[in-house]
Amino acid sequence: MQFLALIYAGEDQDDVDIETLMAQYQEFDRQLGAADILLGGNALEAISTATSVRVRNGKPELTDGPFAETKEQLGGYYLLECKDLDEALEWAAKIPSARYGTIEVRPVMVFDQ
Amino acid sequence: MDRLARIFRAESGQVLASLVYFSRDLQLAEDALQDACEQASHKWPIQGIPENTGAWLHLVAKRKLIDKLRQQQSQQNKHKLQLIEQSLYMLTDTVAETDYEVPDERLRLIFTCCHPALNEAAQVALTLRTLCGLDVREIARAYLTSEVAIGQRITRAKKKIRDAGISYEIPSYEQLDIRLPAVLKVIYLIYNESYSAYEGQSLTRHDLASEAIRLSLLMVKLIPNPEVLGLAALMLFHDARLLSRSSDIEPYIPLEQQNRALWKQAQIEQANAFIQQALEYKQRGPYQIQAAISALHSQAKSWEATDWRQIQLLYMSLFQLHPSPVVALNLAIAKANGGQLKQAYKDIVALSEDLNQYQPYHAARGELESRLNFQEQAICSISKAINLSRNGIERDFLIKKRVLLLK
Repeated sequence: MQFLALIYAGEDQDDVDIETLMAQYQEFDRQLGAADILLGGNALEAISTATSVRVRNGKPELTDGPFAETKEQLGGYYLLECKDLDEALEWAAKIPSARYGTIEVRPVMVFDQ
Repeated sequence: MDRLARIFRAESGQVLASLVYFSRDLQLAEDALQDACEQASHKWPIQGIPENTGAWLHLVAKRKLIDKLRQQQSQQNKHKLQLIEQSLYMLTDTVAETDYEVPDERLRLIFTCCHPALNEAAQVALTLRTLCGLDVREIARAYLTSEVAIGQRITRAKKKIRDAGISYEIPSYEQLDIRLPAVLKVIYLIYNESYSAYEGQSLTRHDLASEAIRLSLLMVKLIPNPEVLGLAALMLFHDARLLSRSSDIEPYIPLEQQNRALWKQAQIEQANAFIQQALEYKQRGPYQIQAAISALHSQAKSWEATDWRQIQLLYMSLFQLHPSPVVALNLAIAKANGGQLKQAYKDIVALSEDLNQYQPYHAARGELESRLNFQEQAICSISKAINLSRNGIERDFLIKKRVLLLK
């Protein structure tokens, strides 16, 4: 099964050293690679770069900013191939940001042929 | 309940767990078991009830499951079908009469039903439905809610298990510490629901209590762990006192007035053995501590002879693990019973903000105030407790107490 691990965290983490965090993410990526379960993943630019689009009455409406203003924001994701939810949750718990943010784990929907 | 229904209830958990193991599909497994029970309802009254009812149901249900998997004709099912057919290959119909044992896969199923990805209400309903074999109507009655609500809860939970990829596996050793508390909590919730029913007129709904104890004894058998033993001991201690908690005249009798001769000694001994076994692991845990407190009550010849000092120490130890105001309240009550009435009252007053909406807080506070001869305050506290009580029997007990204070 495919699972998307969505990484939610505050953008200004005073107590987090960026270099240490980067090193932790590199190590985590290496582990994912070794386990051969990584299908994709990216970090996202800051929430200040977000633009939201919705089409109403056939017209696109653009607003600056994210879908919802919350303390913790979507900052990145991993797409993982795991045998079940438990395996996905185990990996999610190892994502460095899980120690101060929240990882939301969602299965990817499979459509019947 | 008639004889067949009793047999179905007793066998269903184990048979269903094994069917789920093969099919990895709770709904399909339930349907297959349902079909097998229907067939039994037709055949057994005519042919006689087989000696090994579990084996009979298991074999018939497995064949039903094969039919259902064939109908679905998916690629995945080929592997499942092979597994079941291999398991049937060795068997003939007559085996059901003799020493064939249904493999026990219930531990997998209980970990699935109590997965933290499901909400607590869903965990409880699903566990009662699948492992205890209660039907939706029975669960709804026990929880004083509608069949529709329980049915929906169970349907949603099954859908989440399927869609979210919750597996039918026993967690790895490293994961066990994270996953086991949820299972124990569900069992204890089922037990507590039976013990003090919200809004209910009946104080114990013993069906739920015996199901919770049955589940915990099953856990003791399947997974050796000090907290599993602790929970089983705790519930056995409580249950041993059941008969003394009420009489024909008094629907509720508090611990200090209970006739200790009515306590079931065999059950207390079984609980004592569990708690001894648990202590050998030397891993402290909340269920073990609470069971140890119950053990002290069970050993005491009378309310006065109770070892309150030891009970205080145990509550302190529990407070270290779970610093909650409810534990602090129990610690204060133990202090009061041990003679430190004034200190206990100070402690209790300090908890007033945290426990303002908690009925037992006001009941305990009123009791202390009446012992300290603060009559007006006592009446006020008991009145608060009466207003917060959602159990008819408990409310009546408190009202009587208030009447005595007013005299």
